[in-house]
Amino acid sequence: MQVTMIVNGDEVTREIEARLLLVHFLRDVLGLTGTHWGCDTSNCGTCVVWIDGRPVKSCTVLAAMAGGHEVSTVESLARGGELDPVQRGFMECHGLQCGFCTPGMMMTARALLNENPDPSPDEIREAISGQICRCTGYATIVRSVRWAAAYEAGDQAAADAVAEPEPGSIAEPVAGGAQ
Amino acid sequence: MQVPAPFEYERATSVEHAIGLLERLGSSARLVAGGHSLLPMMKLRLANFEYLVDINDLRDELGYIRIEPHEIRIGALTRHRELLESDALAAAFPIFRDAEKVIADPVVRNWGTLGGSLCQADPSEDLSAVCTTLDGSCVIRGSGGERVVPMTEFHRGPYETAVGDDEILTEIRFPVRPGGGSAFEKVERRAGDWAVVSAGAAVWLDGDTGGTVADARVGLAAVGPNTTALPAVTAALAGREPSEELYDEAGRIAARDCSPDTDMRGSEEYKRHLAGELTTRALRRSVERARQGRG
Repeated sequence: MQVTMIVNGDEVTREIEARLLLVHFLRDVLGLTGTHWGCDTSNCGTCVVWIDGRPVKSCTVLAAMAGGHEVSTVESLARGGELDPVQRGFMECHGLQCGFCTPGMMMTARALLNENPDPSPDEIREAISGQICRCTGYATIVRSVRWAAAYEAGDQAAADAVAEPEPGSIAEPVAGGAQ
Repeated sequence: MQVPAPFEYERATSVEHAIGLLERLGSSARLVAGGHSLLPMMKLRLANFEYLVDINDLRDELGYIRIEPHEIRIGALTRHRELLESDALAAAFPIFRDAEKVIADPVVRNWGTLGGSLCQADPSEDLSAVCTTLDGSCVIRGSGGERVVPMTEFHRGPYETAVGDDEILTEIRFPVRPGGGSAFEKVERRAGDWAVVSAGAAVWLDGDTGGTVADARVGLAAVGPNTTALPAVTAALAGREPSEELYDEAGRIAARDCSPDTDMRGSEEYKRHLAGELTTRALRRSVERARQGRG
């Protein structure tokens, strides 16, 4: 069957099998390998892309179902050679360790900030609660998103404070953390 | 790579069109809405169909929440996110927001639908327990017209519903009565998981500020072949003054009347304990909300 959709602003039309999943369409047909493919069961969230601006898990959506819609992948975040503030936040605050979950995390974070420019740490954790970081780097991911929010608000001092917390302070309070 | 077995894909342009396709294709076809329950099953070959009929283009016809004085009607293609975000729905039935906060995760909620959740007929599915608790009715449409089936008759067994091969679930209806309050409680192993046990409760109190219990309903998920309404709880609460003792009594009935199995999520004994405790908590919060005039 034939499918046509807008991917990162460009219209694409391809002949596909009906059973092709969106994640494989993006990676294998279009070569957009920034979207990662992980657990295959819509648990881990590394395959998150947007359909019409809303994050979805692309391992559980048929490419055919995305026909006629706008799909955005992690490749759309940087524009004109400029990294998105979310991408910069992940750099500044060490939001990635192995990097596998990072594309999905950044797409969810970008969508969150589009709706809520100043999310609390709890709101960030809620937003990414369907995504798994096996390096267990959630604290730095949350800081990365907070950095992006502060940077976008023009509050460089706040962004710096998130990126380089005062010695001895806990930038991201964790209940039951080491004393 | 897990992919479904080969199938043909059709995209419905209207409810009538979808029904026509289902009539033509028979039991070899299945509707797909969000697909977040169906596609994983097809990947694992637990379900195989020759045709999938995509109904996502029917949002205008089937994606709505209509609040009316005596009834709330929700289209089957309404997504979890919309149920979570509707302030009007939360005001009338706070149980919906309670439950949606703990169903899957925000990304899955962007795509999954009410109708899909009910038609999946998974005994652990939280929204089915919500609809059972609220005494919902399912509107099923075929070429011969509509029929309305109460939630208690909608699920015929695990993964089996009253919807025929050539029919489509279009709407769920909930009666609105004065003096009501509702709540949902769930225990899960980790964020976004299926319930170990979940419990919904709804109560309706006599009088403006709440006197005795006019009616009460409890629905449980994951403790039997289907989500379970507990008529014995309803019978025990009717006409009584709300109290901690009454909630405890209802909890004991819930623990006794459910039928959980020991599995990887917990032992039968543990699940009975949860069914009782969650029923108690959900009833307590429902009464508090009814007294505050909060749905």
